[in-house]
Amino acid sequence: MDSIVFLILRQMRAPLLLLTTVYAIATLGLTLIPGMDDKGQVWFMDFFHAFYFVSFMGTTTGFGEIPYPFTDAQRMWALIFIYITVATWVYTIGTLIRLWQNETLQKALAEHRFQRQVRQISEPFFVVCGYGNTGSRLVKSLRKRLIRASVLDLKQDRIDALMLAEHPLFLPGLQADASTPRNLVLAGIMHPKCKSVVALTDDNAVNLHIAITVKVLNPELKVICRADSHEIEANMASFGTDAIIDPFDSFAKDLGLAVDYPYQYMLSDWFRNESGEPLAPVMQLPKGRWLLCGFGRFGRAIHRELLDAGMTVQVIEPNKALLNLPVNAVIGDGTEAVTLNQAGVGEAVGIIAGADDDSNNLSIIVTAKALNPDLFVIARQNQQANSRLFAHPRAELVMEVSDVLATKIRTLLTNPLVDDFLSLARAHDDSWAQNLTERIRKISPLGFPEVWECVIAADSAHAVSNALTKGTDVRVEHLTHDHHDRDVSLPVLALLHSNSQGAFCMPSGHASLALNDRLLFAGSAASRAQMQWNLQNEVALGYILTGASLPQTWLGRWLQRSNS
Amino acid sequence: MNLEKVVFAFTIILALTLNFGFFTGDIGNAAHHNVYELYAAIFVNAIATILKFGDRTHMGAVLLAASLVADIQLVAAAGVWVFAVHVTDIGLTPATVASIVSLAGGAVIANTISVSLLVIETVMLRR
Repeated sequence: MDSIVFLILRQMRAPLLLLTTVYAIATLGLTLIPGMDDKGQVWFMDFFHAFYFVSFMGTTTGFGEIPYPFTDAQRMWALIFIYITVATWVYTIGTLIRLWQNETLQKALAEHRFQRQVRQISEPFFVVCGYGNTGSRLVKSLRKRLIRASVLDLKQDRIDALMLAEHPLFLPGLQADASTPRNLVLAGIMHPKCKSVVALTDDNAVNLHIAITVKVLNPELKVICRADSHEIEANMASFGTDAIIDPFDSFAKDLGLAVDYPYQYMLSDWFRNESGEPLAPVMQLPKGRWLLCGFGRFGRAIHRELLDAGMTVQVIEPNKALLNLPVNAVIGDGTEAVTLNQAGVGEAVGIIAGADDDSNNLSIIVTAKALNPDLFVIARQNQQANSRLFAHPRAELVMEVSDVLATKIRTLLTNPLVDDFLSLARAHDDSWAQNLTERIRKISPLGFPEVWECVIAADSAHAVSNALTKGTDVRVEHLTHDHHDRDVSLPVLALLHSNSQGAFCMPSGHASLALNDRLLFAGSAASRAQMQWNLQNEVALGYILTGASLPQTWLGRWLQRSNS
Repeated sequence: MNLEKVVFAFTIILALTLNFGFFTGDIGNAAHHNVYELYAAIFVNAIATILKFGDRTHMGAVLLAASLVADIQLVAAAGVWVFAVHVTDIGLTPATVASIVSLAGGAVIANTISVSLLVIETVMLRR
């Protein structure tokens, strides 16, 4: 703020000097020019009246000639100085307006505003660098959960979009280069309530730079990065970046899973949903010969996973000079029937339209479907704006980069245990996963249930932590029963129990809780609220533990004691 | 030799000399204190203040502060004058003149500090 004041003062020096001098000369002149009073005698204006007259003359207010009508000499003086003072005012105000519109000043003001807004955040928040497709999606889903974030982006129009978005929370945003440490500090990486930094810019090098900066300045802070190449990933991992997300790898791995473990795939697909979203049916990938159009980063990742899953993959790629291109690859876009026939579209079971151009991908889908209507189609969607085109039921599966990234990061930020749960679930076979999906469907038939974490600690589970310190054995089942009638169990699934010994997938109801344990539950929003009672309210928990209501007041306790 | 330095030093020293010129004389005697001199002192002080705007050094900050003090003292002196002569019918009694002159005397101290700082800075630069 200091710098802004000094900037204004320095720029205003010339106009202010001019203004002061003009006023001084005009006032002085009026006191020296002889006037005439009402009795016709020579009269000299004093400084008080002279300054008064100049003040309203300079602003062209014009209260008239006071205290006595002017002589012609005085009028001549006033005439000259009306024009001079007006011109000086125009110059002064012009300078002030120009100064206000000055980019440097506006930038300094915006920075100052941003810094103040970030400093005032009093609840846990995230720093999001990059407000493109992925960033805006992520911020939107965080906002829906009333989680705050501060946003940095290189482009002013994106920050404007953030400011204009209709959301329940105001989020500070700044147009600035996120790779500069100063801007990251402005965004709050040293703020005590900052939980983690998400680097989602389009530029790998910038993401890398953000990760390094944060890890150097505030090593405690969690950093989540988007990375598009394996070298950058390795570099990021080398200094302790907490999560590195490659959207193509992540999608390809899930796809590889879907070949032999459709229910495992369905499970991890479901957990990407927001609560209330419809539950997708199981997806059976046909086995056999697949066509893969486009051998870029996406194509390579898919190629590897499908080969590992035992499929035959025929690559179609326009650039024959590409590194590591399979020898039998067909050269072409795949948008025309000739190339597709050459690649054997008739015998193929599925096609992957994986080019980095949306119109090409749509064209591939249409042409391929015309040649072989039974094809299973997987499409890569590059631009979020093209969702409508891909929503048309031509493709069985659509992969959109920003969607994959945003959901993955949202899960990491809001429910980090979900990742642990899914990786533990992979250890089980597919019928186990099928069984679990049926149980989820049972507790929440209309859409994906709410998923939440609970930590057994004094603030988030007051009653339970009190009972545990007293030595009472509290078990998982005590949390999942209704505090109105303890024989009724809530429609809730305990998915994960993480304690000092490790993490346990689908814990039994008899598992004992300890302080600082973390649990992951799925269920309806209503049962989540019910569970809060068991966690926080000693009477509710006491009833579930013992079957009797504990007296809450001193009088009640005394009566109970004297009765027994 | 630097014209900007000349103008700057000139204004600051002139502010002090004009200020002192008005201040000197019998404290209660209106004939010893000319209104034009007070006017000139106020004007030159205002110019000196504006010239000091925007200097971010510590010395610049103290110079600006001293100038602002002088401005306030002198404007207060002029205010007392206007109040006594035009607003009320008290006129330039010895008591009024004494308070005007003593306010201007305060401004002399502030201006002396400005000039001393200027001299100190110059000496330091020479070394």
